[in-house]
Amino acid sequence: MTVIYLDNNATTKVDSAVLEAMLPYLTEYYGNPSSMHSFGGQVGKAVKQAREHVAALLGAEESEIVFNSCGTEGNNTAIRAALAAQPDRRHIITTQVEHPAILNVCKQLEKQGYTVTYLSVNRQGQLDLMELEAAITGNTALVSTMYANNETGVIFPIEQIGAIAKEYGAAFHVDAVQVAGKLNLNMKTSTIDLLTISGHKLHAPKGIGVLYVRRGFRFRPLLLGGHQERGRRAGTENVPGMIAMGKAAEIANFELKYMQRETRLRDRLERGLLAAISDCEVNGHLTERLPNTSNIGFKYIEGEAILLLLNQYGICASSGSACTSGSLEPSHVLRAMGLPYTTLHGSIRFSLSRYTTDAEVDRVLEVMPGIVKRLREISPFNNDQAEWLQDRETATVGAKA
Amino acid sequence: MWDYTDKVLDLFYNPKNQGAIDDPNEAGVAVVFGEVGSIACGDALRLHLKINIEQDTILDSRFQTFGCTSAIASSSALTEMIKGLTLDQALNLSNKDIAEYLGGLPEAKMHCSVMGQEALEAAIYKYRGIEIEHHDEDEGALVCTCFGISDNKIRRVIIENDLSTAEQVTNYIKAGGGCGSCLANIEDIIAAVQAETATTSARVAAELERANQPLTTIQKINLIQQVLTEEVRPVLMADGGDVELYDLEGDIVKVVLKGACGSCSSSTATLKVAIEARLQERVLPSLTVQAV
Repeated sequence: MTVIYLDNNATTKVDSAVLEAMLPYLTEYYGNPSSMHSFGGQVGKAVKQAREHVAALLGAEESEIVFNSCGTEGNNTAIRAALAAQPDRRHIITTQVEHPAILNVCKQLEKQGYTVTYLSVNRQGQLDLMELEAAITGNTALVSTMYANNETGVIFPIEQIGAIAKEYGAAFHVDAVQVAGKLNLNMKTSTIDLLTISGHKLHAPKGIGVLYVRRGFRFRPLLLGGHQERGRRAGTENVPGMIAMGKAAEIANFELKYMQRETRLRDRLERGLLAAISDCEVNGHLTERLPNTSNIGFKYIEGEAILLLLNQYGICASSGSACTSGSLEPSHVLRAMGLPYTTLHGSIRFSLSRYTTDAEVDRVLEVMPGIVKRLREISPFNNDQAEWLQDRETATVGAKA
Repeated sequence: MWDYTDKVLDLFYNPKNQGAIDDPNEAGVAVVFGEVGSIACGDALRLHLKINIEQDTILDSRFQTFGCTSAIASSSALTEMIKGLTLDQALNLSNKDIAEYLGGLPEAKMHCSVMGQEALEAAIYKYRGIEIEHHDEDEGALVCTCFGISDNKIRRVIIENDLSTAEQVTNYIKAGGGCGSCLANIEDIIAAVQAETATTSARVAAELERANQPLTTIQKINLIQQVLTEEVRPVLMADGGDVELYDLEGDIVKVVLKGACGSCSSSTATLKVAIEARLQERVLPSLTVQAV
């Protein structure tokens, strides 16, 4: 069965040109770029070129690019570095809808005596900058927010947030894992000090990431060891990964101008589903959103069951339902938005890529109404029995906790 | 992705007995349903039973489920398992039986089988007119506020399934699976239950050892009282019932069933399973139990 892959916010297919570029560095050119001999030296040159491509994608300088292993490492490093830079400041501001690689670090820091403000979002998943302004003080070491949300695609007003952070002398870190290759980035004109991106979200393989560190930012590394990455990330370079990341960045930079294509497909998918299926709605702001992401809540049914039925047709998507996470609680992002439970548990995220085709969108539009109908026939929460859930349906997690 | 058995997937993709049962208004036939869960919890089951009143048997069973793959499969499995059973037999089904019928469930999904057992109980209690609105949850202190689960219910699932970690409790009844702030309390309950079980076993063993000869009536009564107080009553009380030792004639243990147990026609099953088997195991294999 052919796979229809609409889960690109989870991970992406490695571009064949990326694979081709990296393979020689797994076979022929295995030298260590730090070596003195020319066999290693030629590898060092290729890494430099890869770094240039990544810098170009971010609108940054080559010296501001630090390769690492993944987005999680980037986020951990950025937070620790920012706190080490201003050790007297003991306050962090982030949001309720961050990735666990931010939230769990913050939770631990709270135990170590830091105060953390988690900014709330509204029903459309957007921040209120007044809340940020009310929370920030001269004691704030770091403001860390995502550029766009992985589950809903909702984009935050990064430069406005950065301006407020700068006013108070706080470092500004942005988790741009979902954004690199989807939106234009230009660090030269930005207020961002630290920016996390990850290779496998833009058609490079897993195991390679990048942390952008603004030149002049007082940086302290997470890993101590050799002098690799100008002493900012010790450990022998993942050369094949770096070459792959460089190639992926080069292609992504070129492909940026075709993003409307993804938007068009996404909108066609979304409108088609909303038109064909009753009792469903888009989660997240409709326009302040990544071009490739659509999160839809299908009421009265549960997300994991939808995913398994989609799986029968080879269609890959994901859900914010409790049953898919293994945590028993539905998505913290959708809960923070205050969505009703029936929408939370029946939420499905479709995330497209440049490989998505019209035929694939057609196939989803063809099978999805039948899947929803079938599960609603099984569900006790049908329209005629809606009184059972009246008071429960609108309860948000805040009320439950 | 969850590691579901073929049986789970088969019953999910081709569910049997989905839907409601219309009341045929036939003489001698009753239709009833029991509900557990809610949209907030992420899963809910409405189990419908068609009952032969005279024979006290289940003629037909159907389900309506809001939930994931294993919730739908567990519901469908349950309807298959209980058709033709007497109500007492059906009440004897445990969540383990449902999980076994499915060839096993991922540990984190065991609560789906618990939901089936609870809906079945709810339906039968409703048919028998037993008030269960307040059983479990409202008795005993609330431990897990996220999912509204009391210490009685947690004790019960620990005892019945022989659970030893808070993670298992979460997998079975969700307690502790929300904010996680009650996980330490759950661990305390597990430790308490384990301590009680260990103490009882040790005391019973010591008594038997000391005797090393046929038990005297006094010894028997003491041992029976201990087992009833420490192992049987907590389980019954979690269901709104209770039991008291009335008399002992030879090896015949006479008890008074109280509360929900007194009015519950599944009390025969309670006697045999919950009380007699436990006393035989703990005190003397030749004991039989009678209700007075």
